[in-house]
Amino acid sequence: MSRPEFQAPPEIYYGDTEAKKYTNNSRIQQIQADMTYRALELLSLPSDQPALLLDIGCGSGLSGEILDEEGYNWVGVDIAPSMLEVALEREVEGDLFLQDIGQGFGFRPGSFDGAISISVIQWLLNAETSHPTSSPPHRLTRFFTTLHAALRNPSRAIFQFYPTSDDQVQLITSIAQKAGFGGGVVVDYPNSNKARKVFLCLFVGGGGGQQVPKGLEVDAEEDDARVKFEKARERQRKRDKSGKRKSIKDKDWILKKKELYRRRGKEGVPNDSKFTGRKRKATF
Amino acid sequence: MVRLITHNLLACHAKGCTSNNFPLQLKDVQVELRDAEYNADFLRGFISRIEWPALVDAARQLGDTSLPNEPPEMMDDDFLQKLHHVLLEIHIEEGAMICPNCAHVYPISNGIPNMLLAEHEIG
Ligand SMILES: C[S@@+](CC[C@H](N)C(=O)[O-])C[C@H]1O[C@@H](n2cnc3c(N)ncnc32)[C@H](O)[C@@H]1O
Ligand SMILES: [Zn+2]
Repeated sequence: MSRPEFQAPPEIYYGDTEAKKYTNNSRIQQIQADMTYRALELLSLPSDQPALLLDIGCGSGLSGEILDEEGYNWVGVDIAPSMLEVALEREVEGDLFLQDIGQGFGFRPGSFDGAISISVIQWLLNAETSHPTSSPPHRLTRFFTTLHAALRNPSRAIFQFYPTSDDQVQLITSIAQKAGFGGGVVVDYPNSNKARKVFLCLFVGGGGGQQVPKGLEVDAEEDDARVKFEKARERQRKRDKSGKRKSIKDKDWILKKKELYRRRGKEGVPNDSKFTGRKRKATF
Repeated sequence: MVRLITHNLLACHAKGCTSNNFPLQLKDVQVELRDAEYNADFLRGFISRIEWPALVDAARQLGDTSLPNEPPEMMDDDFLQKLHHVLLEIHIEEGAMICPNCAHVYPISNGIPNMLLAEHEIG
């Protein structure tokens, strides 16, 4: 089937039915969680410092739930009311806004310590919305300019996205640069069909001292890239456990939250394999 | 789910609306109180980002008069607890935010503000 962004505007594609289907799909939950962890790794916020993050295209909160579990305060914006509805049902902690990111943000300068965006910005290239709109380059310019202003100096914004061509990557990167961002593209597992992931890593300030991180590679002796992606998570988790990044919220709070999401997620989906990924996080 | 922390960061983003566009005026709002995890470090780190008079006004409008006119020199626990409550535990569920400059109305329903702009408002 063709990509979602070719089928309908986002707020139509992610209607009531698809919003639920998307959110309850265990494979999607796992993938979005993995990519959110990786985005946080690339964000490389100073350890043991609380932060306020922006989740761009937060959807039903699959990425936001990870931010909750990791103890961040966050604000989420999304254009699809049905997705936000599901996020409300799941009782995520972030403040939610119905917003078309192609229309830009109104946040005051320096509002956020960082931003993540998981599986969203390809929509800015490929689909119109049912709201008033303008051309993709215009929308991208407005988006990146107002985002740049809303971020603190120095800080980062990390976007996992699904480009269809190198030209698209070029277009996005050049508009981001014109908006004032430094940075570039990181490709994890470039040679694996399944695990290949593209991350745009944008920097605000830092006097050019910020280096574009390296993509993850598959070890030669082990070509199951999926396993490797898991290992990346494993590493990240261990690091958290070793106390390098102090958990900001208290343990009971996080456990309560996890239990809640677990319960919510299970409604209507009897299959419990969906939380195999989550369980590992119980080692906080 | 708009809390005053977010209200305090939000200006109008309609086309050409670049001055006197903050803070958005609260209108006919209904609030709900919900506990949030208290974190003194977060508050201490965040305070420099706050537009103080706007926060005090918004809180008072919602019936919370606990904050002083000026942020105190000494951020003791008593003050931080109050700040915590105002920033993170008061949720605006219904109502609207109105731009003091261009008068654009951002309706809030079910806790979610609608930030979508009309065609002529897109920058
Ligand atoms: C694949 S979902 C990802 C949601 C969430 N980040 C996650 O990881 O589960 C893509 C989201 O992007 C949102 N989106 C697409 N175009 C958008 C736009 N112009 N403004 C805001 N959100 C948009 C969609 O509504 C949808 O919720
Ligand atoms: Zn305005």
